[in-house]
Amino acid sequence: MEDVIARMQDEKTGIPIRTVKSFLSKIPSVFSGSDIVQWMIKNLNIEDPGEALHLGTLMAAHGYFFPISDHVLTLKDDGTFYRFQTPYFWPSNCWEPENTDYAVYLCKRTMQNKARLELADYEAESLARLQRAFARKWEFIFMQAEAQAKVDKKRDKIERKILDSQERAFWDVHRPVPGCVNTTEADIKKSSRMKQSWGTRSRSHRGERMKPVSCCVRSHSVSPPRFQIQFWQVQLDRHRLKMSKVAESLLSYTEQYMEYDPFLTPPDPSNPWISDDTTLWEMEASKEPSQQRVKRWAFGINEVLKDPVGREQFLKFLESEFSSENLRFWLAVQELKKRPIREVPTRVEGIWQEFLAPGAPSAINVDSKSYDKTTQNVKDPGRYAFEDAQEHIYKLMKSDSYSRFIRSSAYQELLQAKKKVQLLGAPRQRSRLDVDALGPLRAGRHRKSASTLCSSGFRESVDVLSSTAFIPLHVSSVIYGTLLPSLI
Amino acid sequence: MLRGSSAVAIDNERNKHPSDVIAAASAARARRSGRVGLATASRSTSDPHPAEMATHELHPNDTLTTLKMESENLKAKLEEERAKLHDVELHQVAEKIEALGQFVMKTRRTLKGHGNKVLCMDWCKDKRRIVSSSQDGKVIVWDAFTTNKEHAVTMPCTWVMACAYAPSGCAVACGGLDNKCSVYPLSLDKNENLAAKKKSVAMHTNYLSACSFTNSDMQILTSSGDGTCALWDVESGQLLQSFHGHGADVLCLDLAPSETGNTFVSGGCDKKANVWDMRSGQCIQSFETHESDINSVRYYPSGDAFASGSDDATCRLYDLRADREVAIYSKESIIFGASSVDFSLSGRLLFGGYNDYTINVWDVLKGNRVSILFGHENRVSTLRVSPDGTAFCSGSWDHTLRIWA
Repeated sequence: MEDVIARMQDEKTGIPIRTVKSFLSKIPSVFSGSDIVQWMIKNLNIEDPGEALHLGTLMAAHGYFFPISDHVLTLKDDGTFYRFQTPYFWPSNCWEPENTDYAVYLCKRTMQNKARLELADYEAESLARLQRAFARKWEFIFMQAEAQAKVDKKRDKIERKILDSQERAFWDVHRPVPGCVNTTEADIKKSSRMKQSWGTRSRSHRGERMKPVSCCVRSHSVSPPRFQIQFWQVQLDRHRLKMSKVAESLLSYTEQYMEYDPFLTPPDPSNPWISDDTTLWEMEASKEPSQQRVKRWAFGINEVLKDPVGREQFLKFLESEFSSENLRFWLAVQELKKRPIREVPTRVEGIWQEFLAPGAPSAINVDSKSYDKTTQNVKDPGRYAFEDAQEHIYKLMKSDSYSRFIRSSAYQELLQAKKKVQLLGAPRQRSRLDVDALGPLRAGRHRKSASTLCSSGFRESVDVLSSTAFIPLHVSSVIYGTLLPSLI
Repeated sequence: MLRGSSAVAIDNERNKHPSDVIAAASAARARRSGRVGLATASRSTSDPHPAEMATHELHPNDTLTTLKMESENLKAKLEEERAKLHDVELHQVAEKIEALGQFVMKTRRTLKGHGNKVLCMDWCKDKRRIVSSSQDGKVIVWDAFTTNKEHAVTMPCTWVMACAYAPSGCAVACGGLDNKCSVYPLSLDKNENLAAKKKSVAMHTNYLSACSFTNSDMQILTSSGDGTCALWDVESGQLLQSFHGHGADVLCLDLAPSETGNTFVSGGCDKKANVWDMRSGQCIQSFETHESDINSVRYYPSGDAFASGSDDATCRLYDLRADREVAIYSKESIIFGASSVDFSLSGRLLFGGYNDYTINVWDVLKGNRVSILFGHENRVSTLRVSPDGTAFCSGSWDHTLRIWA
């Protein structure tokens, strides 16, 4: 922020500061609100004046410049006059002024008999409060206020005007008008470190005061050079991809998932947060997956494993092929890693007996290296006992079982069948198919509720298809077309 | 010659530290050269071949500086190698895709009820419930859709900086200045006193900055101001793995989205973002291009990259396969730090909550800002996209949370 301020204050390219002649006197060293906004738009590449206003208001709220006739620190895009704050009062000096300082200041203000320096309501309240709190010290505070007032009186009139306004702005930041944001509030995570590096200041104690370092582990020992060297060596040996390949990969991933991103493609039927209608969530919770959801399983094996319905379908398919032990093993190991540490030994034993021990009922095939390693691990069971075996099985599933699943008739049915069911079920829903082709069907819809009609239709058509081999798209739609009228 | 080096090798095996499990042969070589300095110091009388030792550093003082130099050289070489593969910029490749249209994102719900700054929030897997924590020590579970508060817990400390929802939806974890992470089971009985069932899980030596359940209710990953991250078993409170390597407070972490992966990324006040292997506790990759504290890290949905938000007013994208920073999201007019970032479901949009009270929406691929959202009256401290991507929630120091869609 201070860089921007420095630029603003630059004599040549900064904001023009001038002295304005007003009714009885001169107003020294000011610039207007719109000056600031214009400068920002030009120099900070801002397109929207609203943005410039927002940023400017923040800078004012932090105390870098201030309106000369208002306690509330905001920026207005008009002729209101502003002045820069002196660097002495900048927030980066980590001021933490105490209430006694504030009391001295308010007291001093009451000693000045200029009308415009009268206390505002909230300031008067604060003063009263402080008087009560510091009742015993009040004489001391009063004396300090007197001393400061004396020094001030000796100053040049114009200089005094400027200094007074700057001091007032300083207090507007540290003791803001009720209802305004207190910008001096710091994130506690950072504040303890800031105090360490800067030390804090208060107006009464001009010297620097270092707070004691409370945390013991601040001086984190950087790992010994030996480990650093190891680390960098490993990094150097790492295989990395070219930027062009990586960029293409990111692009294609985003492209693939665009239709699933509710911010980019409005969800079907609607986004619950916008329409207040939770149909979308209800649909997803139902056991019957939508076509879009089924399509996603084909993106990669992780998508099937991530979706509980996908997992179920995958398992069903594998069971039909009598090769489900791989997936069951994989799922069992995943579950093992999720359990409390106490349960681990028994589960490891259970998985071993079921899948890997000689004569296991659901024997899986792993390469001998992983098998040996796993045998060792099981003796001292930990959560990662089956890690090698699991990796091997995962690769196997990915290259073999998964690709068969995607090509299978069971999967293709789900992909196609749901399209038809959706169409018959709720005419309100948008459909991607040509509705006209099925027009007469809808007209002659049975009095039976739409959903039961769908599900029975689905079941019948599935029976027909399961007895045949995988049918190409255009043929299956013909079959459906001829089947459905007969159901009604 | 041979006898000497094998003697050193045996010595190494005996002294092997459990955490020195990096397989690279060159790493082992480096380790030996380091150990030699110490070994000779202690076995100088019995050492049969001082000549071959002369090639390595003999004096302990020289050892440190020479090693440091070697370390710096390797680091510089690494940067060179990384730069060699930098044949094109992401936004250049992204020129061929369509630009995004105008976005209309509005606040759809405002959640009021916290008495002080909202510091952290997390979504439940059911896509509508959230948990949020604030400076006044309160942790509240809301049904964001109806804006009803469902549970409230008062923590014994102020500044509850981290909170997380369990994957099952049956518990929440939170912590902060108490240096602990506690788990509260959520009961359906509204009258039940949740605080009574509290379970203390993690213990750090400084504040808790972030916590997250792994894909199970039984493990929690935490990061702390003491510079470490740790994985805990919830039931027993046992420390399963600790992660050392940050040189300062760790402020944030995020778990990789993969079903098979065992990694997570963390960001800290040492300006570094580190990727860790949960199983071994080793740091796998490290990125240091930010100019100030990293406040937030989040994985790209595919798990191949991650974004970070920092006090240097920029957000950056790092790709794990290219092993480098691939994009910077910044503007001259953004001078306040980014406190929290998250991706939309497809990874095309990056939402950033900033300390200037705004939320900036970036086009991840093209690198430009698509939208700026006003509404909060104080810093945005936390921001998360819902599990199904239909909305995102932002929490702020103005005591409120907003749901945007």
